[in-house]
Amino acid sequence: MAASFLFSQVMGGLTTAMFLFLIASGLSLVFGIMRVINFAHGSFYMLGAYLAWQGVQWLHPTGAGFWLATLFAAVTVGVLGAIIERVFFRSLYGREELYQLLFTYALVLILGDAAKFLWGVEQLSVSTPPILSGGIEIFGTTQPLYTLFIIAIGPAIAIAGSLVLSRTGIGRLVRAAQMDREMLDALGANVGAIYTGMFVFASFLAGLSGALVTPIQSIVPGMDVLIIVQAFIVVVIGGMGSFWGTFWGSVIYGEVLSFGILIFPGFSLFSVFALMAVILIVRPWGLFGRPL
Amino acid sequence: MTALLAIENIHAAYGLSRVLFGISLEVETGECVCLLGRNGVGKTTTMRSVMGLLRPTSGRVLWKGADIAGWSPHRVARAGIGFVPEDRRIFAELSVWENLDIAARAARRRGRWDIDAVYELFPALRELRNRQGGFLSGGEQQMLTIARTLMGNPELLLLDEPSEGLAPLVVETLLEKTRELKAQGVTILLAEQGVDFSLALADRVYVLEKGSIRHSGPAAELRNDSALRDRLLAL
Ligand SMILES: Nc1ncnc2c1ncn2[C@@H]1O[C@H](COP(=O)(O)OP(=O)(O)OP(=O)(O)O)[C@@H](O)[C@H]1O
Ligand SMILES: [Mg+2]
Repeated sequence: MAASFLFSQVMGGLTTAMFLFLIASGLSLVFGIMRVINFAHGSFYMLGAYLAWQGVQWLHPTGAGFWLATLFAAVTVGVLGAIIERVFFRSLYGREELYQLLFTYALVLILGDAAKFLWGVEQLSVSTPPILSGGIEIFGTTQPLYTLFIIAIGPAIAIAGSLVLSRTGIGRLVRAAQMDREMLDALGANVGAIYTGMFVFASFLAGLSGALVTPIQSIVPGMDVLIIVQAFIVVVIGGMGSFWGTFWGSVIYGEVLSFGILIFPGFSLFSVFALMAVILIVRPWGLFGRPL
Repeated sequence: MTALLAIENIHAAYGLSRVLFGISLEVETGECVCLLGRNGVGKTTTMRSVMGLLRPTSGRVLWKGADIAGWSPHRVARAGIGFVPEDRRIFAELSVWENLDIAARAARRRGRWDIDAVYELFPALRELRNRQGGFLSGGEQQMLTIARTLMGNPELLLLDEPSEGLAPLVVETLLEKTRELKAQGVTILLAEQGVDFSLALADRVYVLEKGSIRHSGPAAELRNDSALRDRLLAL
């Protein structure tokens, strides 16, 4: 196999990986800190995509239109996250998983129908922002600038996120909330507000990745469920609640998917499911997680 | 004069099992008051009720005259009550310094106690500042949990069984430190099973039995009258 071909596969895998990372990191953060498994997280991603499309329609797809639309989508999904957390999630903390599962699944259905109602069932698409529409030659392949941008954004967010968690006051409070919510509350911290903040941040990331994916993938109903399944696999591989675990889990997922298609053509998801099964047997808590 | 803290006839329960049956007590500014009583009489439950960690089923908790029963714990903490739990509850994966830092951020109360002041009170913590909380000895954890609560500059310190499970020499040090705190004007409500630690510090005592107050009076009374002490606290 030619080196240029391998390189293209690696880059394709990384692109998938970085989208997955943006989504799965929020899922993993919400689970790690609040102990709630949020199935509706994929719906936030879908809403991000539709809202970005909507924003581009309003603002025209030229110049800064795409970036403003992306910001609009991410912020709107963040605000929606705040409302959903304040109104509904509050009562889920500490409840049995079954309640959480039923509630967040109901949310998936409601948001899915709302999207169909607002934007129909036709495929929608958004063109690549002009500034990143070209490509550059690397190893005899042409890599679209937009892909390179996505591949850069993942590690940037991973590094920034882990620095915030490990080095800042708010990061320390978040880690303490994860370890012992009640004690932190008794020391005077408004843990409810910290939870809301984390949920908004996770929703913002989901909305952001939904918006950023639009120049690469068309927007269709069902993209919410498709992505949440993949994000779950990533989180299981990397370890629930582990930030870097989610990052490396995404990279592994992306690359296994990218190369798995070559080995088992026609069974694109087979290789990742096989990988997840093996990890669940050998290390049920994931590669970077800890036994619960 | 209203007392700094006045508990009025509180009842409390864990689910269906009732634990407190009408506890009333007062703590004045500058005092060290001790709750004495055997295992399971309700000392911790009384403190948790003050702190908002458990909502009393009836009765009032008056802080400077205002009823705070039913407030959330962080609101109680920001009002000036600091809780040092008996199980210490150190954030095991945070360093000593991080444990102290978040406590200051959590309570948002500036005052006499900051990182230098608590390091001065417990010099060992300065040496250990980069060690993870989970790797401290029992005595070190006890110092850290007190220091952590002090970072919030509480006007009243609820100190739950600080001497529990510690070696006699460590208890001796802790007693010294707590005395120092008291001398610096920190008001303390202490819960203890052991008479030695508590009587060495307390101005007044309340003796609890099965969720009620059996006896209350000056600590000196119990210190001097061993017959009374035996009658109230015999195991
Ligand atoms: N979380 C809980 N759920 C149910 N019952 C509890 C709980 N915590 C304490 N109890 C019960 O409440 C009663 C009072 O407990 P509490 O912890 O207040 O006593 P204590 O005086 O602090 O005892 P100790 O000296 O052992 O700390 C005990 O009978 C105990 O078994
Ligand atoms: Mg107790």
